[in-house]
Amino acid sequence: MTYSTEDMARRAAREIPAGSIVNLGIGLPTQVADHLPSGHAWLQSENGLLGMGPFPFEGDEDPNLINAGKQTVTVLPGGSTFDSASSFAMIRGGHVDLAILGAMQVSAGGDLANWAVPGGKTMGIGGAMDLASGCRRVIVLMQHTTKKHEFKLVQKCDYPLTATRVVSLVITELGSFEPTGHGFRIIELAPGVTRETAEGATGAPLVDA
Amino acid sequence: MTGASELPGEPVPLGGRHANKVVDSVATALEPLRDGMTILVGGFGLSGNPEALIRGVVERGVKELTLVSNNAGNLGKGLATWLRAGIIKKVVCSYIGNNEDLHTRMASKAVEVEIVPQGTLAERMRAAGAGIPAFFTPTGVGTVVEDGKETREIDGRRYILERALAGDVALVRAQTSDHFGNLRFWRTARNFNPVMATAAKLAIVECDSLVEDGAIAPDDVHLPGIFVHRILHVPEHENAFEYRTVRPR
Repeated sequence: MTYSTEDMARRAAREIPAGSIVNLGIGLPTQVADHLPSGHAWLQSENGLLGMGPFPFEGDEDPNLINAGKQTVTVLPGGSTFDSASSFAMIRGGHVDLAILGAMQVSAGGDLANWAVPGGKTMGIGGAMDLASGCRRVIVLMQHTTKKHEFKLVQKCDYPLTATRVVSLVITELGSFEPTGHGFRIIELAPGVTRETAEGATGAPLVDA
Repeated sequence: MTGASELPGEPVPLGGRHANKVVDSVATALEPLRDGMTILVGGFGLSGNPEALIRGVVERGVKELTLVSNNAGNLGKGLATWLRAGIIKKVVCSYIGNNEDLHTRMASKAVEVEIVPQGTLAERMRAAGAGIPAFFTPTGVGTVVEDGKETREIDGRRYILERALAGDVALVRAQTSDHFGNLRFWRTARNFNPVMATAAKLAIVECDSLVEDGAIAPDDVHLPGIFVHRILHVPEHENAFEYRTVRPR
């Protein structure tokens, strides 16, 4: 048994203290919002929205009210909109408590690679580097290995870096893991996942909590 | 010694730029554009795009442009039409995503592409608009963004020196403008629009609604008209969706 993507999102939601300002990356991290109690945290979207709500009801969608993934969203009571420079002042100025991001690789030293695949099509940087270096805490939510079973938790990233020494926790289908500098500390394993399974899927030493 | 001669680049004539800003056609609005200019265009994806001005630039026939925009269009719409028209020499953007028009031209080297972290892109224009030539930021330290740039350690942390990014012209979309160019924006259509207006020698605004001076209360102005030079009233817009995501009622 491993965590489902829903379990992973729920596990990540547990890392969010009440009253936090949180930026959720595109893809799986977006689903973390589904597991937050109403009013628990304020979601920031770097295109200029604080207090982001769920997708609109059918018929209410506004092409000029979107998230950073360009999906139509809503704004909650108490929310606000602002320009890109103010938005990144929030992010770069350390006012956003937590970013939960996807990743291609995370190193034992907490380096993050999540914007380009060597030899692949360049998708661009977007807000990833600002979020990774500016938010007070960075959690990565991702599959433990690639579809070809290559390691994603590695000793040293060989994909282009997004930021160095920023990741404090990695949540995967196998459990949650903390970069220690030399390896990854096992915070917990998903029910039924053995230490051997996790070791076999990790490109750096695992240490017990 | 005159102040103007101290400024870098082409001197902007003193005064006279804040009377009769409202123009009645796209062609008049875009008359100052020239080949080789750097054009800042507001919008995040297809949201908050100055749609009529974007179309007008292709009809205007200028070329060899440097385009500064977060995404440079998508789905063949918006600024993707500039790529298809072959009028762009260089794009400065933060994200390409599935903008195939840009991917193909970047791969064939038909267009030079400079990818900038989104916050650094915004801050480089904020700096230009505020008279700051360069600034230090931790964003991009230890990554390819640092390559070829000056770095400095300040209080034990390493920073990259990033240069201000100014434009010859900014094309801006606002929800409401008065005749002086005081602007209000709508929801996340604000994005890069205000900061780009501040960073260009000439800011041309396309507004959904044009109101008399005084109709916007002074405390409700999002961007003061000092940053705006030409105003074009365009009541109808496509406002294309990129990803229409909804939940059932």
